[in-house]
Amino acid sequence: MSDNQNDKHQADSQSCGCSQVDLEKRNFLIATSAVGALGCAAVAVPFVKSMTPSERAKAAGAPVEVDISKIEPGTVLTAEWRGQPVWIISRTDEMTAELSKNHDQLSDPNAEVSSQQPAYCKNEGRSIKPNIGVVVGICTHLGCSPTEKLKAGGDMGDGWQGGFFCPCHGSKFDLAGRVFKGSPAPVNLVVPPHKYLSENLLLIGVDNEDKA
Amino acid sequence: MKIINKLRKALLMLLVLPLAAVAGDEAHLDKAPIDASDYASLQRGAKTFVNYCLNCHSANYMRYNRLLEIGLTEKQIKENLLFTGEKVGDTMKVAIDKNDAKKWFGAAPPDLSVEVRARGADWVYSYMRGFYRDSTSPTGWGNCVFDPVYCKVSMPHVLYELQGEQELNHETHELKLVKPGQLSVEQYDVLVGDLTNFMAYMAEPAKLQRNQLGWFVLLFLGVLLVLTYRLKKAYWKEIH
Amino acid sequence: MTQETHSKQNKSALSNVLNCTLNWVDERFPLTSNIKAHLTEYYAPKNFNFWYFFGSLALLVLVLQILTGIFLTMHYKPDANLAFGSVEYIMRDVPWGWLIRYMHSTGASMFFVVVYLHMFRGIIYGSYRNPRELIWLFGVAIFLALMGEAFFGYLLPWGQMSYWGAQVIVNLFSTIPFIGPDVSEWLRGDYLVSDATLNRFFAFHVIALPLVLLGLVVAHLIALHEVGSNNPDGVEIKKLKDKKTGVPLDGIPFHPYYTVKDLVGVSAFLIVFTVILFFAPEMGGYFLEANNFIPADPLKTPAHIAPVWYFTPYYSILRAVPPILNSQFPGVAAMGLSVVAFAFLPWLDKSPVKSIRYRGGLYKAWLAAFVVSFLVLGYLGTVPSNVWGQFGAWLGGADRATVVARFFTVVYFLFFALMPWYTAKDKTKPVPERVTG
Repeated sequence: MSDNQNDKHQADSQSCGCSQVDLEKRNFLIATSAVGALGCAAVAVPFVKSMTPSERAKAAGAPVEVDISKIEPGTVLTAEWRGQPVWIISRTDEMTAELSKNHDQLSDPNAEVSSQQPAYCKNEGRSIKPNIGVVVGICTHLGCSPTEKLKAGGDMGDGWQGGFFCPCHGSKFDLAGRVFKGSPAPVNLVVPPHKYLSENLLLIGVDNEDKA
Repeated sequence: MKIINKLRKALLMLLVLPLAAVAGDEAHLDKAPIDASDYASLQRGAKTFVNYCLNCHSANYMRYNRLLEIGLTEKQIKENLLFTGEKVGDTMKVAIDKNDAKKWFGAAPPDLSVEVRARGADWVYSYMRGFYRDSTSPTGWGNCVFDPVYCKVSMPHVLYELQGEQELNHETHELKLVKPGQLSVEQYDVLVGDLTNFMAYMAEPAKLQRNQLGWFVLLFLGVLLVLTYRLKKAYWKEIH
Repeated sequence: MTQETHSKQNKSALSNVLNCTLNWVDERFPLTSNIKAHLTEYYAPKNFNFWYFFGSLALLVLVLQILTGIFLTMHYKPDANLAFGSVEYIMRDVPWGWLIRYMHSTGASMFFVVVYLHMFRGIIYGSYRNPRELIWLFGVAIFLALMGEAFFGYLLPWGQMSYWGAQVIVNLFSTIPFIGPDVSEWLRGDYLVSDATLNRFFAFHVIALPLVLLGLVVAHLIALHEVGSNNPDGVEIKKLKDKKTGVPLDGIPFHPYYTVKDLVGVSAFLIVFTVILFFAPEMGGYFLEANNFIPADPLKTPAHIAPVWYFTPYYSILRAVPPILNSQFPGVAAMGLSVVAFAFLPWLDKSPVKSIRYRGGLYKAWLAAFVVSFLVLGYLGTVPSNVWGQFGAWLGGADRATVVARFFTVVYFLFFALMPWYTAKDKTKPVPERVTG
């Protein structure tokens, strides 16, 4: 089959007397196509970029300052950053101590999955200060916002040491936002980039590494 | 011969007329010193704008942090330009109530974001230098740039402490400085020039980028034109 | 086996796959036959000149307008309180928004430049004549739709010129006897141009008219490919065909010859486009008017309002016709007729030849008069009617510009009205058998 076709091709080219490839045509065809393709790609860039967040969106999503001096230990303050709830969890010393005891029930107790927190929060409490946790309050399963279940026990049953429960599909997280084994959510809650401007002034949305 | 001369004159008329039409019954305007790449001038203009204009006029489409483009730092913007409680990402809003403003001035002060595109830089430049004392007007000021026919203006002369007071010679329509201000005439012209330059920048912040990018696009298209022309030649050589 | 044979085999394997795929498609969709019919075996006269670039350029601008329009729609808000601001938002806050917006605004004017030149080509070479009347009619319909598209789009920035332009044009309809006022109120959806008007103009601009335009363009092209292209000699190339192949002797395949040629036109056009877009997007106030940078104010009309340049010849005609029996309707009717008149050309032209190359001086003089009228009326439409001052008492102190506009309005219509007479009387030259150079 393929042999036949080859023969036919040769016959064709001989019959029209142009077995020699026209190099001028070919070279300019290639050059024009290449430059034209480059131009089309260059024109596509502004169109694609026009769909990225505008200056207005960026201004609205600018880093948020939060005064954490007034959070009662053992409670959560919800701040808004880029339209998402960000929980600032003030953990009591007991709560902090609890974080190292539940490792065998967690999927990722030591925060190994690097996409879920900045490098400076790769620790048990997933935080800069041991008793202040900062996490985005959006379930990593399908994006619902979990409910606070800060007290031990209660309707969460015995053995519950406080954390968050997602009403949509039942994912459970501890007070460092770490997901319990058996939850539909695959990974821990996200820790946003943040830094402390002073002892009690937290800036969410930017850290020392980059200008997120 | 006569007819040809007439035709030539008519043709000339046609060419010149668009210009004449613009010049019509409008005030004579001075050329504004516009240079979008003079960052020092733009920065001085921004300061004047924020200190003097932004009390009554907004620039609702201009974000403070855009001034990073003209060489200001975030710190400078925060310390020198922002009002309390504003963020660098905010637009240049104004606290004045539109209805109050209308009561006080007879008209709400317009937003100045694109004023230069609406009026022209030369107009703004001439206007800000065209105020004179007019005891008959409610504000005490007249301006023949704003209103070439009656010289009425509802905005008071905000920069008069800097410029001083001018008087209009009603015969020659010339302005004369009768009471000097804090600045000399030259200094005041530079100040207004910088202000106009900034307002021109603000009216279209992307202009400098637009002009620069244009040359690259033209260069690219020049290459493309040569290539497509040669390609066409290569194909068409067999057409007789 | 040597490497060479290896690569040869690979190549034929690849072409086998391609062939099979093409066969599969062709059995289900007439792909190859369409490519043949419209590109590789569509035979166009080989003597196309400069004037023949503008058809493909019009298509290019259409695509550009649709593309940029889609991206502008992502950020624009058709709301009287937000529209002006959303355009400035596009110009400043949207990444590269200024580029896309300028492409669209420059494209609007360039669309008319290209279309006017395309129409002029049709006129000088008699492309509207038998058997191409329908191509021409579709073309006139495209022109009308394009005018509507431009008019509706011009309201969207919601500046002073947008607003008062729409106000004036919609009010033209109110001059129609009896039903006029109701019609213009119905068009506005309010007692004045308002949010309701903006919203519906947006709908017309982004979906209704683009659909109509696309449909008409397809019809225009189908009709063209049915009868074949005219050419600068006005000779029918289909009359003389190669006996063996049936290919017109003076015809060459559209692809590759005219595709590569049109690419040259596209490159040159894009250079002009770029110069305007990057260095003079306002085009001295003709493409983007200064007053349109003032937000629409229903209480204050700008001192001088004029339509965008591509409408000014017709606007001049509107102003030139004096009211009759206290009615403005004659002016409006004249304006409408001045646009629609083009549709009658195929039946007004009685000349035995098509192309201007073989016409006589009489026709050329009338055509020249028409072009001058069009340009002068176009210019006068951009300026106030007192621009040249007034005549003395002997003409009742009439505005000079108005009198001139009246004169050229008459010439404009005489070009059409007298066409059957002067084309029949014209001394034509003999038309050659085959196309020249």
